[in-house]
Amino acid sequence: MPELALLTHVQHRNLMTVEEYRQTGGYEALRKVLLEMKPDQVIEEVKKSGLRGRGGAGFPTGMKWSFIPKNSEKPKYMVVNSDESEPGTCKDRVIIEKTPFLLLEGIAISSYAVGSSTCYLYIRGEYYDQAMILKQAIEDAYRHGFLGKNILGSGYNLDVYLHRGAGAYICGEETGLLESLEGKKGWPRLKPPFPAISGLYGCPTCVNNVETLAAVVSIIQNGGDWYAALGTPKNGGTRLFCVSGHVKKPGTYELPMGIPLRSIIYDYAGGMKDDRKLKAVIPGGSSVPILTADEIDVKMDFDSVAAIGSLLGSGGVVVINEDTCMVKALLRIARFYAHESCGQCTPCREGTTWLKKTLQRVYEGDARQAELDQVLSIAFNMMGTTICPLADAAAMPVRSYIQKFRHEFEYHVQHKCCDVKPAVRI
Amino acid sequence: MISDRLLAEFDSIVRNYPVRRSALIPILLTTQEHLGYLSDESIAAIARYLNLPAIDVYEVVTFYSMLRRHPVGKHHIQVCTNISCLLLGGEEIFERVSKRLGIKEGETTSDGQFSLAEVECLGACCNAPAMQVNYTYYNDLTAEKVDQILQALQKPEER
Ligand SMILES: Cc1cc2nc3c(=O)[nH]c(=O)nc-3n(C[C@H](O)[C@H](O)[C@H](O)COP(=O)(O)O)c2cc1C
Ligand code: SF4
Ligand code: FES
Repeated sequence: MPELALLTHVQHRNLMTVEEYRQTGGYEALRKVLLEMKPDQVIEEVKKSGLRGRGGAGFPTGMKWSFIPKNSEKPKYMVVNSDESEPGTCKDRVIIEKTPFLLLEGIAISSYAVGSSTCYLYIRGEYYDQAMILKQAIEDAYRHGFLGKNILGSGYNLDVYLHRGAGAYICGEETGLLESLEGKKGWPRLKPPFPAISGLYGCPTCVNNVETLAAVVSIIQNGGDWYAALGTPKNGGTRLFCVSGHVKKPGTYELPMGIPLRSIIYDYAGGMKDDRKLKAVIPGGSSVPILTADEIDVKMDFDSVAAIGSLLGSGGVVVINEDTCMVKALLRIARFYAHESCGQCTPCREGTTWLKKTLQRVYEGDARQAELDQVLSIAFNMMGTTICPLADAAAMPVRSYIQKFRHEFEYHVQHKCCDVKPAVRI
Repeated sequence: MISDRLLAEFDSIVRNYPVRRSALIPILLTTQEHLGYLSDESIAAIARYLNLPAIDVYEVVTFYSMLRRHPVGKHHIQVCTNISCLLLGGEEIFERVSKRLGIKEGETTSDGQFSLAEVECLGACCNAPAMQVNYTYYNDLTAEKVDQILQALQKPEER
C-alpha cells in the first residue's frame, strides 16, 4: 500500500466527529499554522509541495494563493468548489463522507493563508446527504472552537457557510459558480479580471476544489517536501482516482501522482470485468481526449498525460471494453455538453447542438461519410473561441474519438449499423 | 402559500450573505422541498421577499435542472445514463423503470406516486448504474434490484 495523504486514517472507518478526528492527529496542522506560522509561510510550504488544483485544470495552488492581494480594503473570500459534476467523477464526496473535518481543517488553513475570514462551501444540490454531513460537521467545529471567533486563541476568525446548488454542470466552472452564488444563473464571466482580483461581489476570491483543500492538511503536517516526494516532479502528492466502467473493482483509490494508468486498472481496480479486452480509457473525466488500450503505460500526472495529448482532468478514469460502441459513447457525451452549454457563446451553443444532432444521425446510419470530417472541423472551430472552456471540453472528446476509432464511425455511416456487439445487456 | 415557518427559514438563509440576492437559489430549493414545486404564487412571494423583479426569479428557476415549475411524483426517480452508467446498462435501467411504471421521461403516474427523469452524472460513477429517488441514492443497479426498489416504494406500509 503506497503512502497516503488524504484517506490515511479512514481506510477502515469514517471520522464523523471532532473528537474522532482529533484522536488521529486532526487539527494539529491548524494549531501549528495559527500559532506558529505567518500566512506567507503557509503559501511557501504549499508552493514547495507541488500541489496542483484537483478540480481539473491542475493550476499550482500556492501560486494561485499568492495572486490574492495582501492588502485589500474589500473583504476576501474563500470559495470551495464541491460542484462535482464532471461525468466519471465522484471523489469529493468520498472526502465528505469519510472525513469531513479534513476538509474543514484544510479550509481553515487555506483561508488563513489567503487572509480570508469568510468561506462559502458550494455543493451540488443532488448531494443532499453530503450537505447534511457537512452541516453537522460545521456545527461541531464551531462548538469546539475550530471555526468562529478567535480560533485556538490566535485572534483569527473564520465563518464557513454551506451553499447548495440546484443542478447545472456549468456552475462547476469557477466564475459560473460565483454567479450562481450571487443568486443568478450560472453564466461564466469573461476573464480577466480573474477571481483572485475580482470574484464574489467584486472582491478578491480564491476558488479551490475539495480535494485540493483537503490535501493542504498533510502538507502542513508533514512538510511540503514530504508531499512533493510522494508524486513526480511538479506534480506533488497523491490523487483520488475514481475508476468506473468495465473493471472488476470500480472505486475511488488514493494513489501517488504519476502511477501508471495500467497499474490503476489492473493492480487496484482488479482488471477487466468478465475478462473482456480493454479498448479505451478516459483518463480524467468526460471532457478529456480518450486514450486507446496501447496508451495505458502513461504516468498519471498532469504533465505526462498532457504529453500524450490528453489531460489528467478531474481524476475520473473511465475504463471501456471491446464490446462498447464508441459512436454511442461519444453521442452520449455530446448530448451532455449540448444540454449543459449555458448558451452565452454562439460557437458553444450552436456547436454543441450541431455535434449532438449530427452524431445522432451518424449513430443511426443516416449521415454521409463527408460529414465525419465536417464534425471534426466544427469541433476544431469551437476551441479557444469562447468565454469558458466548456466548448473545448465538448470538442476535445469528439476529435479524439473520431481520430482514434474512425473505423467504427465509418462503419455506422456505411452499413447503417454497428460492427461492435451490443454493450453489456442487463 | 409561504408559511411562517418557511419564512423563518428564509430569514436564517439570508443572514448568511452580505448581499440578499445570494439567498435566492437556497430559498428556491428550500421552498421546493417543502411545497413540492415552485408555483407562480411561490415565485412571486420569493421575488417580493428578496426585492427582485419576478422575471429575474423565473430566469433562475428555468436555468437550474433541479428547480421545477410543476409537481412531480411522491417518488421522483432520476436515472443517470451518462458515460459510466451507460457502460454498465444505465439505459436499460431507465427502460426497466419506465416499463414497470408505465411512464416515460418527464411523466408522472396517474396516482401521483412516481415520476421519471433521465439525468446527467449524479456523482455515483464508481457505483454505476445509479439513480436517485428524491435525494436517496441507489447504486450498482440491476434489473432485479430495480424491481425490488420499486416494489418497496409502492408498499411502504408492508415493510
Ligand atoms: C465546465 C467546467 C466545469 C467544471 N467543474 C468543476 C467541478 O465540478 N468541480 C471543481 O472543483 N472544478 C470544476 N471546474 C474547474 C474550476 O473552474 C476551477 O478551476 C477549480 O474549481 C479550481 O480549483 P482547484 O485549483 O483547486 O482545482 C470546472 C471547469 C469547467 C470549465
Ligand atoms: S463556452 Fe459554452 S458554457 Fe462556456 S460561457 Fe460560452 S456558452 Fe456558456
Ligand atoms: S455517470 Fe452515472 S453517476 Fe456518474
